[in-house]
Amino acid sequence: MNIVTADPKGVDAGPHFMDGDHAIAEGALAAGCRFFAGYPITPSTETAERFAERAPEVGALFIQMEDEIASIAALIGGAWGGQKVMTVTSGPGFSLMMENIGLAVMTETPMVIANVQRGGPSTGLPTLTAQQDMLQVRFGSHGDYNIIALSPDSPQECFDLTIEAFNLSEFYRVPVFIMTDETVGHMHEKVVIPPADQIKVVERNLYKGPKEDFRPYGFDSQGGHPMTRAGDGYRFHITGLTHNERGYPVMTPEQNQIVLTHLIEKINGNADKIIRLEEDQVEGAEVVVLSYGITSRIAVRAVQEARKKGLKVGSLRLITVWPFCEQRIRDLSQKVKAIVVPEINYGQMVREVERSAAGRCQVVSVNHCGGAVHDPLVILKAIEEACR
Amino acid sequence: MNDNTEIKNPLAGVLRTERMPHIWCPGCGIGSVVTCFAEATKRSNIDPDKLAVVSGIGCSGRMAGYVNFDSIHSTHGRAIPVATGLKLANPKLKVVVFSGDGDLTGIGGNHFIHAARRNMDLVVICVNNFTYGMTGGQVTPTTPSSANASTTPYGNYEYPFSLPFLADAAGATYVARWTSLHSRNITQSIEEALQRRGFSFIEVITPCTTLYLRRNRLGDGVDTLQYYQNNAVIKHGIDTRETAIGFQGQIVVGKFVDRPKPDYLESATRCNVKFIGDDYQLYGKTEPEKQAEEEAKKAASGGESAV
Repeated sequence: MNIVTADPKGVDAGPHFMDGDHAIAEGALAAGCRFFAGYPITPSTETAERFAERAPEVGALFIQMEDEIASIAALIGGAWGGQKVMTVTSGPGFSLMMENIGLAVMTETPMVIANVQRGGPSTGLPTLTAQQDMLQVRFGSHGDYNIIALSPDSPQECFDLTIEAFNLSEFYRVPVFIMTDETVGHMHEKVVIPPADQIKVVERNLYKGPKEDFRPYGFDSQGGHPMTRAGDGYRFHITGLTHNERGYPVMTPEQNQIVLTHLIEKINGNADKIIRLEEDQVEGAEVVVLSYGITSRIAVRAVQEARKKGLKVGSLRLITVWPFCEQRIRDLSQKVKAIVVPEINYGQMVREVERSAAGRCQVVSVNHCGGAVHDPLVILKAIEEACR
Repeated sequence: MNDNTEIKNPLAGVLRTERMPHIWCPGCGIGSVVTCFAEATKRSNIDPDKLAVVSGIGCSGRMAGYVNFDSIHSTHGRAIPVATGLKLANPKLKVVVFSGDGDLTGIGGNHFIHAARRNMDLVVICVNNFTYGMTGGQVTPTTPSSANASTTPYGNYEYPFSLPFLADAAGATYVARWTSLHSRNITQSIEEALQRRGFSFIEVITPCTTLYLRRNRLGDGVDTLQYYQNNAVIKHGIDTRETAIGFQGQIVVGKFVDRPKPDYLESATRCNVKFIGDDYQLYGKTEPEKQAEEEAKKAASGGESAV
């Protein structure tokens, strides 16, 4: 992994008071993103606006495309043109991007896509919060594949995780998603942007060997494979068709097994290196509350109240949502009585928890259909019932 | 000739000959357009390392896999936005989009008009065979009225696009149309387009022998070339409103539009220089590059003073 310090041009170091959407744009610029193709959609538009405003002074380019389909297509071109690229959207736009998310996965194109979630389905609750695209991000495009998704719970983390998203994306050559929500996106808090020399950035691994040996792909279930960019003379070919390491179409069941295994296992096989969790008093807990994004900020209150009542409650926050922390939940399920899963959806990530716990402990879904965050008392009630 | 001499394809180097034979049917017009394109790239003296080709899906979409340039075979209808990203990420590239009528003006129609509106510096070549070939001969936005297609089995009752008119109206700054019979003209138009900046659109009317011709009982590829010879009329500079094509009717060909206008990146740079100042530079030098330059300068001046 080629780790360098950030290009100071993109780093607006110092303390700021900004919302999550703006922090994502700043994180992208700090990570070295210099090409942003986007389309306005509430509640994500502020990220695009901030990038558009900052782009000229950083030497970056912002283009507002004709729709979200064009935005993500332009990212694929932009990445193979040699830039670090990103876009931002919300539910309806996210749905439109699904086909070319598949192309990005298949062509192993690094990019970062932020989804500032709002309530759905369809136009739903354009200005109100939700966490309803958590399964779409993992399974929404056709075919089998794998991605990485992170979920920030504050504007500060929007900044930090956007940089991490770029770093993971460059190394694993896969789209990485920032799955935030309207509340975090529009929440103003203190964001401290460190000086450039304290920001670690993964540089693209550009192939430099002889032309005849160049292969855009290596199907070894690992990250770190070099790529190239148009104009460097390697005459790459990439396609959405099932292909060999040279990038040429080979449409056989055997080749699809090779490609698909690589695409999935380069993430699954490195899950323990990718996954980041935040745990609080999980050891010895009777009940653990598992949450992510804005819901974890609400859950904190419920956990505190429960502890005041003498209940042994731990808290586990998913910073990395995908790949899911299967192993950790498997271990926990043998030690705790119940895992309580509050989310602003009808029960999405709770399916993964249930699957990983496999009946070894109780799994309690505390769902909220979107438009607001949970009342902490509802989560508290679920904790109390689970402790009984 | 020595018996051991290998006969080389005259377009080897431009084509990925290791990928031959190609998938196209006998009598199909796509190959003719590819040959013209390959010839034009050689004639234009363009640096082949700085040329990139993007295509979408369909018979014409496979073209990207046969040319020996940086190439992307993207998704259905999305060649233009992918090409837009490629061009904007590396402005030194000349980016060519090779597409069919269904891909470019059906599913990809929105991208087509917006890239033309922006005067994005792209060369867009549309192989128009009036049909979705890869999926078996369905009607497209350019299928002439009354023509038979597998999804208009009793004749097409829709009104087709005239692509030169569409491109012109949307803002394209170079618009030409030829048939696959006009190989020298196609080559010349592509060569011109490669050497200019802005959104250049070249439509080539071609035969789809397996589907369109058979379904409409129009004979084979040779019969179609005969039809082109008898019915194509060269009218350079004609108003693009006069370029509609009726079923087996007259085909107006020629160079219709060639007007200079700042392209997208030129306009963006002008605007940014106005507000940021003369030191504005897209993807300007990175800090380490600048430092290295400064140090090199210092070392050079230090060396001079020592002398």
